[in-house]
Amino acid sequence: MRKHPRTGRKRHLFGRTAMFLLCLVFSLVFLLPTVLTITNSFMSEAEIKSNYGMVFSTTSGGFVSKTVNLKFIPDKVTLSQYITGLIKSPEYLLKLWNSILLVVPIVILQVGIASVAAYSFTRWRGRIRNGIFFFYVILMLMPYQVTLVPNYLISEWLGILNKPWAIILPGIFAPFSVFLLTKFMRRIPFSLIEAAKVDGAGEWEIFTRVCLPQCRSALYSIAILVFIDYWNMVEQPLILLQDADAQPLSVFLSQVNTGEIGLAFAMATVYMIPSLLLFLHGEEYLVEGIANSGSVKG
Amino acid sequence: MDKSREIRKKRRADFLRSLCFLLPSLLGVGLFFILPFGVVVYYSMIDGVASRNFVFLDNFKRLFENSAFRMASLNTLKFSAMAVPLAVVLALVLALMLECRIPMKSQFRTFFLSPMMVPVASVVLIWQVLFNYNGTVNEFLMLFGAQRIDWLQSEYSMIVVLLLFLWKNLGYNMILFMAGLANIPKELLEVCDVEGATAWYKFLNIKLRYLSPTVLFVTILSLINSFKVFREVYLLTGDYPYESLYMLQHFMNNTFRSLDYQKLSAAAVVMALVMVVLIALLFRIEDAFGKDVEG
Repeated sequence: MRKHPRTGRKRHLFGRTAMFLLCLVFSLVFLLPTVLTITNSFMSEAEIKSNYGMVFSTTSGGFVSKTVNLKFIPDKVTLSQYITGLIKSPEYLLKLWNSILLVVPIVILQVGIASVAAYSFTRWRGRIRNGIFFFYVILMLMPYQVTLVPNYLISEWLGILNKPWAIILPGIFAPFSVFLLTKFMRRIPFSLIEAAKVDGAGEWEIFTRVCLPQCRSALYSIAILVFIDYWNMVEQPLILLQDADAQPLSVFLSQVNTGEIGLAFAMATVYMIPSLLLFLHGEEYLVEGIANSGSVKG
Repeated sequence: MDKSREIRKKRRADFLRSLCFLLPSLLGVGLFFILPFGVVVYYSMIDGVASRNFVFLDNFKRLFENSAFRMASLNTLKFSAMAVPLAVVLALVLALMLECRIPMKSQFRTFFLSPMMVPVASVVLIWQVLFNYNGTVNEFLMLFGAQRIDWLQSEYSMIVVLLLFLWKNLGYNMILFMAGLANIPKELLEVCDVEGATAWYKFLNIKLRYLSPTVLFVTILSLINSFKVFREVYLLTGDYPYESLYMLQHFMNNTFRSLDYQKLSAAAVVMALVMVVLIALLFRIEDAFGKDVEG
């Protein structure tokens, strides 16, 4: 079709430059809140107040500018917010500890239990088991609006309402990991399993010696996804864990007083560190995990 | 006779063994999701936890007559109808852009994914700075002589939340589309190039066809995520936001406070039914399209 290769190439170059610029603009928009959170965490409370005073009108006096100043670079870099948050008031550290106590067991146990279940869905198929798998998929897709009421009821009966278990236990059995891991495991060559069987390995041995080593990267990518999801949870603790002392930092962050915006930025930055590290370290795994969640069929 | 019995025996042993592996998960799911959901269904059909008279559909009637519920469902529906198509189309555009030969591709991918790890609370703070009545966006608009808009307390509030939703979810959807694009047979695209097909033809007739299962999956996922947007709305505006932002989850949350189990259960059952119907529908469509591509 192209009659003039040269003009064609020129148009190509123009198109690619435009595309690149568009990507650049998009990236700026996507990165803006992250960057703002981090840079603003190094501002003093006074500077925050003078910048955003109008938005979070505080009664505590001081200079409040008439307009809002969205600022990237602090006038004076200070660690005062971090000192307040991490050293002077232990409550924030306590909430951070709460977050860890909630999320770490969920991630480990959810992935652990899911790997056994996924093995079962991989090794044996049949109408009943396919039906159960389909049910897991539906359950996975249910919004919180549906699952929170049952969760609340069962926590009440088990007497774990307002205790961390009310969040951890349903979290452990969330079907997301089962679904994703099954998809990964079904890709393991059947011959590997057959060979182990011929060698006289029992099912448990096949599972731990053949299957698990094959899905090491899958386990990692699922763990990252589950971690990010629960690390930022708000709804579940809001309803199942109403005792403020037990709530994770993700909920607490959202309830900071308007006078402590700078502190909120600093604590949000601290809170972002684990996800950030996981993200930078395991982005390839994360991408692989997401890519594999791409179809509801097993 | 003997042989068939042996096969049956082996099958049963297999079934039991598979059940052993599945049991921990199945027990948990049963205890924490299925059993209580059964109770929710039961609660939705009785008149009170104390009296326990069976009233069948009365609670549902009451629910549908409830103006707050109607408003919340309508708003949720409206929001999803706007958010889902945008989330699908824009994510596809992003994925296609990253398919082109441009520099810094992997960095762009990282940037687009970065919203996943930002705590909701700090996003909300930034959004408040941007969209406050005295906020940055209004300042910017006033530079061009436009009137400032009370973003969160007007009909525009939906747009603010929509932007937040897209910002948060586009990266994930984009990765799904990139995976889908990578699965298209390269030979097919090469044939197109040799035959001199335009990029547009390639997109419509090959890429889009092969992507159809992904498109459907991203649609389901975005739909579910659009229901989850309550988290952001709640943090932006609290228990009782501007009317057009009053979502189903607000209704549930506020009903929780009043501990009206009947209303709550009926709402959960309705929601679950709607979801099952939607998912089944999308499964059917995925089936039809999947066959089309494979065959």
